[in-house]
Amino acid sequence: MPGKLKVKIVAGRHLPVMDRASDLTDAFVEVKFGNTTFKTDVYLKSLNPQWNSEWFKFEVDDEDLQDEPLQITVLDHDTYSANDAIGKVYIDIDPLLYSEAATVISGWFPIYDTIHGIRGEINVVVKVDLFNDLNRFRQSSCGVKFFCTTSIPKCYRAVIIHGFVEELVVNEDPEYQWIDRIRTPRASNEARQRLISLMSGELQRKIGLKVLEMRGNAVVGYLQCFDLEGESGLVVRAIGTACTLDKLSSPAAFLPACNSPSKEMKEIPFNEDPNPNTHSSGPSTPLKNQTYSFSPSKSYSRQSSSSDTDLSLTPKTGMGSGSAGKEGGPFKALLRQQTQSALEQREFPFFTLTAFPPGFLVHVGGVVSARSVKLLDRIHNPDEPETRDAWWAEIRQEIKSHAKALGCHAVVGYSESTSICEEVCILSASGTAAVLNPRFLQDGTVEGCLEQRLEENLPTRCGFCHIPYDELNMPFPAHLTYCYNCRKQKVPDVLFTTIDLPTDATVIGKGCLIQARLCRLKKKAQAEANATAISNLLPFMEYEVHTQLMNKLKLKGMNALFGLRIQITVGENMLMGLASATGVYLAALPTPGGIQIAGKTPNDGSYEQHISHMQKKINDTIAKNKELYEISPPEISEEIIGSPIPEPRQRSRLLRSQSESSDEVTELDLSHGKKDAFVLEIDDTDAMEDVHSLLTDVPPPSGFYSCNTEIMPGINNWTSEIQMFTSVRVIRLSSLNLTNQALNKNFNDLCENLLKSLYFKLRSMIPCCLCHVNFTVSLPEDELIQVTVTAVAITFDKNQALQTTKTHVEKSLQRASTDNEELLQFPLELCSDSLSSHPLPPAKAVTVEKASPVGDGNFRNRSAPPCANSTVGVVKMTPLSFIPGAKITKYLGIINMFFIRETTSLREEGGVSGFLHAFIAEVFAMVRAHVAALGGNAVVSYIMKQCVFMENPNKNQAQCLINVSGDAVVFVRESDLEVVSTQQPTANCQSSCTEGEVTT
Amino acid sequence: MTSELDIFVGNTTLIDEDVYRLWLDGYSVTDAVALRVRSGILEQTGATAAVLQSDTMDHYRTFHMLERLLHAPPKLLHQLIFQIPPSRQALLIERYYAFDEAFVREVLGKKLSKGTKKDLDDISTKTGITLKSCRRQFDNFKRVFKVVEEMRGSLVDNIQQHFLLSDRLARDYAAIVFFANNRFETGKKKLQYLSFGDFAFCAELMIQNWTLGAVGEAPTVPDSQMDDMDMDLDKEFLQDLKELKVLVADKDLLDLHKSLVCTALRGKLGVFSEMEANFKNLSRGLVNVAAKLTHNKDVRDLFVDLVEKFVEPCRSDHWPLSDVRFFLNQYSASVHSLDGFRHQTLWDRYMGTLRGCLLRLYHD
Repeated sequence: MPGKLKVKIVAGRHLPVMDRASDLTDAFVEVKFGNTTFKTDVYLKSLNPQWNSEWFKFEVDDEDLQDEPLQITVLDHDTYSANDAIGKVYIDIDPLLYSEAATVISGWFPIYDTIHGIRGEINVVVKVDLFNDLNRFRQSSCGVKFFCTTSIPKCYRAVIIHGFVEELVVNEDPEYQWIDRIRTPRASNEARQRLISLMSGELQRKIGLKVLEMRGNAVVGYLQCFDLEGESGLVVRAIGTACTLDKLSSPAAFLPACNSPSKEMKEIPFNEDPNPNTHSSGPSTPLKNQTYSFSPSKSYSRQSSSSDTDLSLTPKTGMGSGSAGKEGGPFKALLRQQTQSALEQREFPFFTLTAFPPGFLVHVGGVVSARSVKLLDRIHNPDEPETRDAWWAEIRQEIKSHAKALGCHAVVGYSESTSICEEVCILSASGTAAVLNPRFLQDGTVEGCLEQRLEENLPTRCGFCHIPYDELNMPFPAHLTYCYNCRKQKVPDVLFTTIDLPTDATVIGKGCLIQARLCRLKKKAQAEANATAISNLLPFMEYEVHTQLMNKLKLKGMNALFGLRIQITVGENMLMGLASATGVYLAALPTPGGIQIAGKTPNDGSYEQHISHMQKKINDTIAKNKELYEISPPEISEEIIGSPIPEPRQRSRLLRSQSESSDEVTELDLSHGKKDAFVLEIDDTDAMEDVHSLLTDVPPPSGFYSCNTEIMPGINNWTSEIQMFTSVRVIRLSSLNLTNQALNKNFNDLCENLLKSLYFKLRSMIPCCLCHVNFTVSLPEDELIQVTVTAVAITFDKNQALQTTKTHVEKSLQRASTDNEELLQFPLELCSDSLSSHPLPPAKAVTVEKASPVGDGNFRNRSAPPCANSTVGVVKMTPLSFIPGAKITKYLGIINMFFIRETTSLREEGGVSGFLHAFIAEVFAMVRAHVAALGGNAVVSYIMKQCVFMENPNKNQAQCLINVSGDAVVFVRESDLEVVSTQQPTANCQSSCTEGEVTT
Repeated sequence: MTSELDIFVGNTTLIDEDVYRLWLDGYSVTDAVALRVRSGILEQTGATAAVLQSDTMDHYRTFHMLERLLHAPPKLLHQLIFQIPPSRQALLIERYYAFDEAFVREVLGKKLSKGTKKDLDDISTKTGITLKSCRRQFDNFKRVFKVVEEMRGSLVDNIQQHFLLSDRLARDYAAIVFFANNRFETGKKKLQYLSFGDFAFCAELMIQNWTLGAVGEAPTVPDSQMDDMDMDLDKEFLQDLKELKVLVADKDLLDLHKSLVCTALRGKLGVFSEMEANFKNLSRGLVNVAAKLTHNKDVRDLFVDLVEKFVEPCRSDHWPLSDVRFFLNQYSASVHSLDGFRHQTLWDRYMGTLRGCLLRLYHD
């Protein structure tokens, strides 16, 4: 019996009137965990009941503690008929299970009903007493920390980054069970919410076990998703990066903590099956033995890949090794070997991180992606989800081989997604092929010497741009030049990646959001025919999305994309592609050429004129963009570069050959030289349309910038004013004779108008930047397109913003960048300052919440719960991993919430807009309440992973499912931090808005 | 392509003050968009009409959701659904409870009942304020009235505590509630020249001096005393006012009073002769008003009487305000020198307030 969960129900407020006669409510509360239920007394005739219950105690396994949510139901007592439910609160107690997070959950939670929404609030206190469990065959993984943040969390240091962890669990969807025909919508929704909560808990526990097997203590970049497969079931899957983290604030524990696990690790090779006990991931056998064990008759798979400028080529294999040739001395070869050996032993050398400790990323090869179309069939045995595992294993294998073809042995910025329509499912995975520094991957014994040599040899800030593949044996026809920064190594002409811009990269000017949008009509079809049709369309879509991105990048006068995310969505009668990325001008890469338009019928005078007119427009736009984004690279004479590769003859030949072969889509010249133009041929309406769409993208109004990465290159002086928002739009297409062209225009307009609306709404924040702009497209019905955007607007200081910081030194000193460097050096002083008061006894009475098994003195003092008169504490939410102008002092645990809302009175609730507006506001409120109850004042790395909206206006009904996650944190304003470091730690409490707890 | 759904939800609820004003003024979304276009916002921001439409809709939806909370402002502070900075919360509340001068003059002193609500159509037509806005203002008056009606203690404090209004606005509401409770007539033609501010000023003086709460001590028999401290006039005091009648009924007293006033003011008043000629009429008027206040009907006509009996006669003789002040000061003070008059305190309580009111009411 390793744990005791204690719950106290304090009071309620703003309850709804349940008894019409008296205009009051006789409320009581049921507290349920697992199969045990407790009840409070009925508090008669009040809308603000004061139950002040005893402590309800549940004695449970820690396995259950991890899986089960605490379920609190508020009911109205009725003597004669059944008691009416007012609503429920689900509390994930996971944050209480590891020592550094929260020790108590206490606060006001909105009481939520899936039909009525929020109905009042309830004040609850939850505590957990954990007993030390020495059972080594345990199934629980208490103590493993989870972070949504896709970088090493601030105030932690990565000792070892172990690598990829994944898991999935499947179940039947309660919505599709036979019982659903006879139960109420409320019961059905609640069954679903509970099940998903349970499955998330189980998934997290299983992932935690894998991490423990790997000798890690945390999962970073944890991404959990639901696949609502309808009839065939419900899949909850998660990926993440296992790490051994070390809290920066405890310098004493520093050395032993980083050494001991690494020594042990030597004895346990990586390639051993990380999880022999659970039947979970794909076969962990070596590559050659891998079997694809799904039934071939029913599954259609077609993968298309794109890696960097690689568009259509089959990657050559066996490229990874032997590339030491020109680009590195003996040291580099050594380094590569080490890394390789460390990584090659792994089944999937993938990392879900998008930002890395300095020096971690050696080279970046380019984007690798794989997609596969599958037909869903019922999951027969939920305990053995082999088919789904095999599907993903297959895709991951492909990603791995793509990376290999690029001369890389690892994939960073890795993510997976699905799009489901009826019984067809597109699985997608993408990442950035990279060469990594083994320092963080291996045992720490060589660390010392390596580190020294690293500092001598590898501090180049252009290093990551250098090609990892062999220049004489290139996987695709890329054009290489010598690096514009160091002039020693080769770089490609453009670079596409899924990661954040490395903090030490030198960027000229500012970046901007670049989107490629595309629709393709598809015939309605059934099952296999449908899957085949989709499979056939996919490569064309990928290609066109890629072309669009490339064109738009050139139009902006930039040469690299970061944070690239390509989403392909499948609907009944169409496919949608949406790619978002942040374009920048990397100083190390060559200046991009312009775009040249070539016509096909050269003798037509008016046509020529038209062409030249377009050409002028494009040239003007490029010039304007360069000015707008302050791109003014220093002029470098050709001789210095001395690039041997661009030969004029070769160029023209390529050009010609392409113009002959193409009559369907615009061709791009992939091997143009530095001064060479990018050629667009407009020989039919399709191409014309492409050119037009290029020019219709309106730049944001002055004072606005946007990007989909964490931070905007070229802006460093953020103020603390942030505004996170979600915006949803659904348009109905006129069903009559839809063409691809009309569809594209509609979709393009939808996205552009949405952006314009955002700029208008947030105009009071100018000068400001929309960061982490995340677009999601779904096709809920035949003629509906839904676009959901979540982003954060951050104001910056205009005066300083005008100075473009060009040097690395300046940049890394800017605190807004809150890069990992800062993480490793800065906080050492700051954090330890703020927490150096650790052993100081607090002035107030200390309540020891936890019999800490480790005895690490993790006593906490909790100030009194907020009095009823105090206003609600502010909780910030942001999709970024940091809060500008503030220091994150503590991670309280992961927030992962799933809500369903349904209505049968859609009109009365203000139509679909009113319904969804209220629901999203409620979701925000519940997230904030949970964070506040944990003692936090912000959510970082917040993401709305799913927003599934269905309506039936004729029946006056609508339903929506939302899944959000993030990391609950405590932050302290940097201005307050100075006070804290000099004064008593209680200042910490006052400054951090909520009454949160203080580490004493 | 038609837009089915279009929403924007911020972690901090965005409040556009201009749109809030349009919403409060009762404009439809279409009208509000048109007005915003006219304000030149499109040129300033480079936005399109569609963007403006979407933005306006969004704000209207937010305000609609907030309205329920604004009906009980403390709820707005404690709710968790909308994260709004305190300064913005205060602005939302203050603006929601603000009212139009033209509107309040129409309903001031009327019973806040369904009957009056039916007349809102006419008021809307007459004042040019949208019906929607009239309804909101009327409902606000009624809501505040209902909440504080049964409460003891200071009217202004009660309003402030339950509606979180600024001091200024709470005072105005106290006046509105006080007028509605006592049903003072304010709509007569001869009262049209008076502003809400004039009445509110008088209301404040009356609350301070003429109500039970004004006595400054708990009523002697608390449980039998069901009247509200601040909202109802002190009945005992009104009864006592009859005693003042002697000032005009007793001929000697009246003459003595007149001679005292005249002596003191001779040479100091521009309109001395007019004053001298009119003294008895004016004095009768003021004292009779006091004596009549036992009847509810006459209480309601208080302002009509004051204007008829005092303001109008003086105005027709072109008294300057300074002379009115001199006169009223002297008129009240001289009573202390009347040996036969025993109700000095009563007189001061009555006249002190009345003097303030009259001076405020005396203008064109």
